[in-house]
Formats: sequence, C-alpha cells, structure tokens
Amino acid sequence: MKCREFVEFLMSYLDEELDDTARSVFEAHLNGCRDCHRYMEDYVQAVELGRSVCREPAGPVPDDVPEGFVQAILQARRAVGSRGK
Amino acid sequence: MSSRERRSTADSQARARDRSLLEGLRRGEDEAFRALVDANTGPMLAVARRFLRNEDDARDAVQDAYLSAFRSIDRFEGDALLSTWLHRIVVNACLMRLRTRRRRPETSIEDLLPGFLENGRLAVSQSAKRDRADHVLEARQQRALVTDAIDRLPDIYRTVLILRDIEGFDTEQTAGVLELSVPAVKTRLHRARQALKELLDRQVFDRLEAAKNQDSAPLVQTAEEVDHEMP
Repeated sequence: MKCREFVEFLMSYLDEELDDTARSVFEAHLNGCRDCHRYMEDYVQAVELGRSVCREPAGPVPDDVPEGFVQAILQARRAVGSRGK
Repeated sequence: MSSRERRSTADSQARARDRSLLEGLRRGEDEAFRALVDANTGPMLAVARRFLRNEDDARDAVQDAYLSAFRSIDRFEGDALLSTWLHRIVVNACLMRLRTRRRRPETSIEDLLPGFLENGRLAVSQSAKRDRADHVLEARQQRALVTDAIDRLPDIYRTVLILRDIEGFDTEQTAGVLELSVPAVKTRLHRARQALKELLDRQVFDRLEAAKNQDSAPLVQTAEEVDHEMP
C-alpha cells in the first residue's frame, strides 16, 4: 500500500468498514509510515475540533436573540392564521 | 441516579413539557407560540449561521422554518421532541437557501487535499511539519480558528461536514436531505475533513510564524498554563 491508498481508505478504516485483509494491509502501512501516522492523527484531531467548537458552552449558540426578531416571527405566525395554519 | 437514568428522566420531562406546549399551539394560544419561539430561536439561529454564514440569510431561514412549522403543527405527531422537529426543519430551510442563492467565489477543494510524490508517498507540507502547537493554543483562539476554517470550505463540502459532524445526521440521512448517493456523501465528507485538516495546519502555522516574527504577546501558551486554565 502507498500513502495515496492509505489516505483514500482512511475514513473507511476509522469507520471500521474495511474487511480483515484490507485492515491488516492498512495497519501495516500505518505502523511503517511516520508521515501517514501523523496525517491520521491530525485528521482525527481536525474532525474532533470541528465537532467540539459547536458543543462548547461558550460556543456559537446565541442567548441574545433580539426581541425584534422574535416579534417578527410571532407576527408572521399571526399572518399565517389564527390557529397557526 | 446513574447518568442513563438522569438522561431518561430529562427526556420524560421534555416530552411532558412538549405535550402541554403542543396542546397550547394547537389551540392557537399566543403564550404557547411565544414559549416555543423563546426556547428554540437561539439554537435554530446557531444552526442557520453555521450553514449560511450571513446574519440576514440566517434570520430569513429561521423565519421560513417557523412558518413551515406553524403551518404543519397539526400534523406533528409527537414522535420526536419539538426541538428535534424544528432542528430538522431549519436544516432543510438552510439547504433550500444554499441551493438557490448565488454562489460566492470559493477555494478549490483540490488545493486543500494532500499531495503525493511520484513514488506514491505523501508530500509533507511545511505546515504539516509544524510542532503540535495547536494543542497549546488558547481554547478561545482555537475555536475562532476552527470556525474560520469550516467557513472557508466550499459549500458542497462544508454542508456535508456540518450535517454529519456537527448536526448529528448519519450518512443515510445526509444523503436523503442532499439528494445524493451514500458513496457520494462519504467521498465529500472525507474530502471535507481532509481540507479542514489542511486549513487548520495552514492557519496554525501562519499564526505561529506571525507570533515569531512580531515577538508580540504570545499566541502560544505552555501546556501547563493551558491545563491550568481549561475547565
């Protein structure tokens, strides 16, 4: 296996979708190639960082929704119909 | 009480609150609509901002989502939480807007994928050789850096990454809402993650170089300092 195939199959490996033979070949390359080992570590870290920024308490969920915006939504609701239809 | 039992209790309480709220919504009570909007607008706006990166578009998508929800509230069967139902609706409203709005100039994904030498070995870029300094960036700096990197992904890749890695859709659900095949979703997700990795590499490297050159207030803290500050 070359680095190119390693990168191609990386996500399938992480998702445990490779069969036993493919996984053995993949892991043999992983154990023998420092660059690919590092590439996988950074890839996993990037995925985790992407997930974590949206989970953090100080993250981008706004608690300061403008009252004017809330009123606009509620007015639009009244326009849709008195029972929300 | 175990964490599983606590989750189960919280879920039961949320469902009980939903049942009561739903009765008010179906009776057309203003207070019920106010409570629904108060509880869900913040999270819905956060989702819309992630997808659309523009405050006006994000607000329009949230408003579209609410109107769609208000029209179909009588058909909501209560098999999911109201918040989950609204989440799905706002995601769809965002995807609709992304499909129809004019494309902005984007970085080519090819420029963000790894290169290979003629012998098939990975061409390790300068940025990828950096020390693992991203581990010791301040949490606040790291969040800004990651958000910026996600924003710079081309739309068709960013959308898949947000759906799969952030909004909690599985591969089949992502394929469904984007009208793509499952293999196409997997390919796009893998490319999006590779590009995110590359963008993070480049940004951290640039910041470290800038800090080194300017010898200004340190961007990088020691691991001990970060350990002390992190919650």
